[in-house]
Amino acid sequence: MSTPERVITYGEAVREAIAEEMRRDETVFFMGEDVAAAGGVFKVTVGLLDEFGEDRVRDTPISEAGIMGAGVGAALTGMRPIVEIMFGDFITIAMDQIVNQAAKMCYMTGGQAKVPLTIRTTIGAGRSSAAQHSQSLQAWLSHIPGVKVAIPSTPADLKGLLKTSIRDDNPTVIYEDKMMYALKGPVPDDDDYTIPFGVADIKREGSDVTLVATSSMVHTALKAADMLDKEGIGAEVVDPRTLSPLDMDTIIRSVEKTSRAVVVDEAYQSYGVTGELASRIADEAFDYLDAPVKRVGAMDVPVPFSPGLEPETIPDEAKLVRTVQSLFHDVPV
Amino acid sequence: MSESLELITTSSDEGTLPLPEPLCREIYDKMLTIRRFEEAVLDIYTQGLMRGLAHLYIGQEASAVGICSALNDDDYLTSTHRGHGHLIAKGGKVDRMMAEMMGKVDGYNRGKGGTMHIADMSLGILGANGIVGGGMGMATGAALSGRMRGSGQVAVCFFGDGAINQGAFLESANLASIWSLPVLFVCENNHYGEYTAASDVTAVREHVAERAAGFNMPALVVDGNDAVAVHQTAVEMVKRARTGEGPCLIENKTYRYRGHHVGDGDPEKTYRTQKETDTWLAKDPIPRFARRMLKAGMVDEAELDSIDAVITKRVEDAVTFANESPYPAADEVTDHVYA
Repeated sequence: MSTPERVITYGEAVREAIAEEMRRDETVFFMGEDVAAAGGVFKVTVGLLDEFGEDRVRDTPISEAGIMGAGVGAALTGMRPIVEIMFGDFITIAMDQIVNQAAKMCYMTGGQAKVPLTIRTTIGAGRSSAAQHSQSLQAWLSHIPGVKVAIPSTPADLKGLLKTSIRDDNPTVIYEDKMMYALKGPVPDDDDYTIPFGVADIKREGSDVTLVATSSMVHTALKAADMLDKEGIGAEVVDPRTLSPLDMDTIIRSVEKTSRAVVVDEAYQSYGVTGELASRIADEAFDYLDAPVKRVGAMDVPVPFSPGLEPETIPDEAKLVRTVQSLFHDVPV
Repeated sequence: MSESLELITTSSDEGTLPLPEPLCREIYDKMLTIRRFEEAVLDIYTQGLMRGLAHLYIGQEASAVGICSALNDDDYLTSTHRGHGHLIAKGGKVDRMMAEMMGKVDGYNRGKGGTMHIADMSLGILGANGIVGGGMGMATGAALSGRMRGSGQVAVCFFGDGAINQGAFLESANLASIWSLPVLFVCENNHYGEYTAASDVTAVREHVAERAAGFNMPALVVDGNDAVAVHQTAVEMVKRARTGEGPCLIENKTYRYRGHHVGDGDPEKTYRTQKETDTWLAKDPIPRFARRMLKAGMVDEAELDSIDAVITKRVEDAVTFANESPYPAADEVTDHVYA
């Protein structure tokens, strides 16, 4: 790539994307709980208040539905709000405003209204934060027509997708894995670096099995791919990057090459992202498949607190490797 | 606590009409247009020309018109499931509204929204809303947006007595108050949330507006069937909001003469009494306002008849327009999911 690159963290990518878009467009503003003076509970928005002031970087009351509603109203009337919901679990409190209002305004009004609202929120277990601060509820909003959903796995993807989201005229949700804020990676040094929604990224090439992985599970899949390599199985890791719109073409092309697919996502396995992806692969790539499509998701239990229990519930590379092996040999998963 | 609770109760002297004649004519015209429009909706609904639900605004006309006549064209409004009156009061066109009622392509929303979702973004009408309390956050955000853009716009949030018990009210009222946003929260207390008496399910002493005290904003209890009182209250509160003094809660006491929606039975045989309804019928906002115009010499009986005839014809034309408009083409079903 000819663009110069630097290495920054996933958290810094958030801050850069917001700051650049706020400099670029004065209708962009940012609000949420503890985002201004404290710089956010994960400290990823430190410095924004100093640069942009309290009119454009707003600390709000703990009122998820109220803030979301205010975001929808501001977006309908000429602004481009970025609303942070501290934990994705709390989005449940703001569901009416996203699902019944924001998502449907353009359609219900016959195209009169647009809602350029960006919602940033977190997902992911692994911090012993227990059942109300650890969930990965990305399927909920991916289910809703009218909302766009991004689930970036690297600093570069996060920055490019967040910037695209802020410029988009539709409600968009960015699910950031809270365990990845310190993750480092190369990011182009370019104020106009954006990534379109609906374009998957092949994070690793391979010819024997396709691992479709989202968010932190991309890194799990990459580790699993290294382990599989040692036994002669070449795994290709495909990161959809956005769940809505979804780039099925890239996934199908990969499956055409590998003939096998495993889908991995950190959400509860039942009725979720893995189910949707697996069913679409089975439906749209059936002729290329030499084995059933397998899924690896979180256990269907509330995320437990104990360090002795929590890791049991989250997909890991060992489980992923065993699942892949079962497509090639008769091994217990 | 009681010291901080300031309720301003407003009604006007029926013997006078202290508003300029052109404004009075506009108020009367809009109120009667709402009445005739709603009667036409009742008619097309019972004929089977309109599907879904029809929540009629008949009886509450002074609330919508009194408030909206105090607004500028570019001010914002969020409405409710009982929203036809708000739209007409803010300048909505009856022909395009009627076409939307029938799901026709010439409707405001190209038939995609129907009665509960009509919007006209060019008039600042951010939409009727099928969720009770659904517009409260939006009105607050629109006011924030106006503030940030320095436009001087205010936002009116219409809602019913039912919505005062939604959490969205607390969150929005608090946000609007801490940020001194130009929002008029207008509770149209028609005394029933669907089929349940507001007084049975609302923890206030007498008025829902008492809740404003909890948000450090003025509370105004208004005779909601008195267009003059509503208008004068709105003028004052709009001025206050525009100058940065923040939101208020206006409670317009009113009554819906029909049921919750068309076809849901006879309210007087179930959850309310004929005596109560009769009391409110005697306070019908339209004849009340007409009597004041007559007394002030602005009109005579013959002119009132001719105004009615013109409005009735306009509404009949709207029905014809709607009937003649086609349904949207099937391939429009996937349009506008995204902007």
